[in-house]
Amino acid sequence: MGILELAIITIVKILIVLTLVLLTVAYLVYFERKISAWIQNRIGPNRVGYLGLLQPFADVLKLLLKEDIVPTVSNHPLHALAPMIALFVAFSTYAVIPMGPTITLFGWQIPLAVADINMGILYVLAITSLGVYAITFAGWSSGSKYSLLGGIRSSAQMISYEISMGFSVGGVVLLASSLRPIAIVEAQSGLMWNAFIQPIGFITFLVAAFAETNRLPFDLPEAEPELVGGYHTEYSSMKFAAFFLAEYANMIISSALIVTLYLGGWQIPFIERLNLPVGLTVALQVGAFCFKLAVLLFFFIWVRWSIPRFRYDQLMSLGWKVMFPLSLLNIIWVAILIMVFKI
Amino acid sequence: MIEQYIPVFIVIIVAVIFAVATVVMSKLMGPQRPNSEKESTYESGLKPIGTTNERVSIKYYLVAMLFIVFDLEVIFVYPWAVQFKKLYSQIGISIFFSMLVFLVVLELGFLYVYKKGGFKWD
Repeated sequence: MGILELAIITIVKILIVLTLVLLTVAYLVYFERKISAWIQNRIGPNRVGYLGLLQPFADVLKLLLKEDIVPTVSNHPLHALAPMIALFVAFSTYAVIPMGPTITLFGWQIPLAVADINMGILYVLAITSLGVYAITFAGWSSGSKYSLLGGIRSSAQMISYEISMGFSVGGVVLLASSLRPIAIVEAQSGLMWNAFIQPIGFITFLVAAFAETNRLPFDLPEAEPELVGGYHTEYSSMKFAAFFLAEYANMIISSALIVTLYLGGWQIPFIERLNLPVGLTVALQVGAFCFKLAVLLFFFIWVRWSIPRFRYDQLMSLGWKVMFPLSLLNIIWVAILIMVFKI
Repeated sequence: MIEQYIPVFIVIIVAVIFAVATVVMSKLMGPQRPNSEKESTYESGLKPIGTTNERVSIKYYLVAMLFIVFDLEVIFVYPWAVQFKKLYSQIGISIFFSMLVFLVVLELGFLYVYKKGGFKWD
């Protein structure tokens, strides 16, 4: 297909995915509040619309109409740049995540990922690394002590867990012999899911994903009792909402990454034996991807409301002394598996 | 080859527009009634004491340096991982040991930092 056609298809795909991500973020916030309410035996939001379903829109509208307060002692350009980086990172990573198999529509071969590049995993790791800048800039430029402490803690935490994250992905790359997300999903056909083959790598990646998204039990950067709001103490209006949006969008992206790398992506084991029509198979596979994603998102929320926060020294020693050696071990484990079983 | 990166560039442009628009919107939509109390930094309801240009614990710099050292090694693992199956069928087990030696050397450096107390937080 020509470049113009490619651009049009891409823009359509981006619009669809962006809408889906934004809607999911909105309802993820709603479900976070609902599930926390269920866990704590409360009712949760139920006033705005039927069952409180319009609550996220009310929240966004309220934040939009609030005054944007910038402290006089803050570094103004960086203070404005930080939420932009956070949003940019959150909304450009989803590009390479495959949501379904390649489909043929109007004679075009369309992969159900916004961009099908052979460096997909490197792209994700490169873009997510930028997320550290958002939090560090936000903390440093605010001119508030709470923000500074939150920002510095967070940057140290995120870079520490990025290492074990990178090494865990090494095991996945070994099995798929490719950095292309679609190839990684296809390498996990049947029940050859990486979560079963390399459980250590799966667990280290999962824990690192929690730490990278600053979720409990690793939400030290915004530990409310000691740091007020952490790095976004001095943010208000849509700038505050930007960090909030980015946090939830990052949760979705980490879950999608875990599904892609470890849980077989959009694949349903042995679906080809049922001899279903092609359209139904594709629909079921996209549904399977969404289902796996939803389960992981529920897991994220469930953990947040069940496990207490780590102490900072515990967090750092877990990251360096436990996760890092384990993720190295995982690579050796996978290499031995490949040599012994020829998988 | 370069063609497959066009979608990535479009995504990046859309993400930048989205990010800038959100931040600009917060300036345009809300009221603007600043006063000095509002624009001072938050410090639990008290007047802010001192500045934030204080010294930061050396531990954070140490973590940053260790990150550079160890994160660089990740990028040496990926090319090996991509080629591993192919090279294993061609030249056999030596491709495994070459990476094993690399990882062991890396682990020795890690143990050195560990013994020196580089990961101790107190």
